[in-house]
Amino acid sequence: MLLADEVSSHHPVLSDNPYQPHMARIVRIYKMVENNHLFTLRFLEDHLAHSFRHQPGQFIMLSIPGAGEMPISISSSPSRPEVLELCVRRVGRVTNALYRLRTNDVVGVRGPYGNGYPMQEIIGNDLLLAAGGLGMAPLRSLLWYALDHRDKFNNITLMYGAKRPEDMLFREELTALVDRTDINCLLTVDADPSATWKNHIGRLPSLFDHAKIDPMRTYAAVCGPPVVYKFILQRLLELSFPKNHILMSLERRMKCGIGKCGHCGIGYKYTCLQGPIFTYWDAINLPEMI
Amino acid sequence: MKILKLPKEKLDLFASVVQQFGELHAPVEQDGRYVFKRLTRWSDARLEYDRTILPPKKYFLPPREALFRYRPGEGFVPNTDGLDQRIILFGVHACDVYAINILDRVFAGKYKDPYYQARRKNIAIIGIDCLPDKQCFCRSMRADFVDHGFDLFFYDTGDYYQALVGTALGDDMVLATGNLFEPVDAAEIDDYKRRSWNKRRAFQVDVEIRDLPEIFEMEYQSEIWDELGEKCLSCGSCSMVCPTCYCYDVADDVELGSRAGKRTRLWDSCLFASHALVGSGENFRGSRSSRIKYRFYHKQRGFVAEYGRPSCVGCGRCVSACPVHIDVVQVIDRLRRVEDVASR
Repeated sequence: MLLADEVSSHHPVLSDNPYQPHMARIVRIYKMVENNHLFTLRFLEDHLAHSFRHQPGQFIMLSIPGAGEMPISISSSPSRPEVLELCVRRVGRVTNALYRLRTNDVVGVRGPYGNGYPMQEIIGNDLLLAAGGLGMAPLRSLLWYALDHRDKFNNITLMYGAKRPEDMLFREELTALVDRTDINCLLTVDADPSATWKNHIGRLPSLFDHAKIDPMRTYAAVCGPPVVYKFILQRLLELSFPKNHILMSLERRMKCGIGKCGHCGIGYKYTCLQGPIFTYWDAINLPEMI
Repeated sequence: MKILKLPKEKLDLFASVVQQFGELHAPVEQDGRYVFKRLTRWSDARLEYDRTILPPKKYFLPPREALFRYRPGEGFVPNTDGLDQRIILFGVHACDVYAINILDRVFAGKYKDPYYQARRKNIAIIGIDCLPDKQCFCRSMRADFVDHGFDLFFYDTGDYYQALVGTALGDDMVLATGNLFEPVDAAEIDDYKRRSWNKRRAFQVDVEIRDLPEIFEMEYQSEIWDELGEKCLSCGSCSMVCPTCYCYDVADDVELGSRAGKRTRLWDSCLFASHALVGSGENFRGSRSSRIKYRFYHKQRGFVAEYGRPSCVGCGRCVSACPVHIDVVQVIDRLRRVEDVASR
């Protein structure tokens, strides 16, 4: 085996390799919800920790040595750099391997990838974030970006629904937003068996009754399981939202993240390059999308 | 472009001289079919072959390739084994050179694939012209002639080969032979034109691709896809033999008894059931009909949107590789309902 320093450092495979994972330490594992932990990472190399910049809505490829690599959306806002926060549900082989790791173990990170939310278009407009379940993971980056640059946006509305209060991701920080007057933070649960929930109870679309939305000057960022897309899209279309103002964050199988491996293709677009943020207009034209 | 000629009886000599530029690989016969392989002797080369089982993509994107080795404490160390090996591919047909030019575009762009790039840089291509058989439709796919992507390209024009010099390396190969190559005169250029015309008339298969993207959009819900889904075995043979199929899978293996391991990429196919399967168990293309539709759609329509042309080059390999005789030309013809079109 050739070690890195035995070969010319100008060899592109060694010096300019887009597949190269950079090692990062798990700084914190926060058990937000059963099997939905929030992992905080920091690059081992200081200069990467300082220089890593992403857009809300982008993702990274996360390597768990020995298990594999997978795409994970970035849950932290670029306005809060130095560490990366990833909200990961324990579902498959690689996520299970991640859940076996402890604080201070190292993982590999490369990216950021994908288009992210079109911030240049959104800035100056109203912003509606609508999420169900795990859909909050990519939207949280956009939420904190908007709140940290509050002067660049008009009205901000968040609608988030979970099954029960204990299933709500980022519950503490989101419930703390309810009292803020610069955002209309609407949180709902389908049921509250423990009778401790002080916010809305009911399905996610019912929150539209509590929001004032001007479709012509609002961008809607939607993320969640298929049922969320179905009912939220229906409401947005009833409100005559322009189809290219409805932004969806999609999940696909990926092996490269950079438009080579072919797995994330939808029609003729690659989720990793032209996505993962697609508009509803894209979805109409690419029938496999939702 | 520099155009020279090489008398046919001097080809052996050229082949022996050119080996100083790298290991010589060419089509050789194997069980009645042809494969690109390292030559042990020049007489094994079969330059009048029809098509090789696997296209030359196996040299640039090997079926199995280690990308990284992982060592605890060291992280992922890129694997460079084999990337600097100098190879000369002798006898590549125009459609296959065209296909490599298409792969060049896929593996370039904003994120260049350094493994592919390194191999492409170190593997020389000497192309050779051919005449179509009953499966070839490269002319329909505009891949029957190629104007770049090779170092040298030979046209058989009777007693000699006319050679197009495509790169500085190709020129060095010519110069290394001393005076084997000669200039061409006007009569010989006419020989080339005659051969080109004869080749054009030899095609037995023709498909019209001009408005194919629109046809694919209109036939997205066609029952053809369900029929093909019933027939297709999801074996992926068509992808393996396709000179432009580039999908790959990546697998991490751990060495027994240690925490070290390696990351390997392997050829994959969009026809395999797991191609669009995600960790949660959701499969975005769970049905075979959706997968075979995706393959056709991506090649003939999606690639046009992205790169301005279909990624199919009309080499005909998938037609002979398919165990259930799914024929891309027939599928396109059926989508177009050519039997209704007076022009055919």
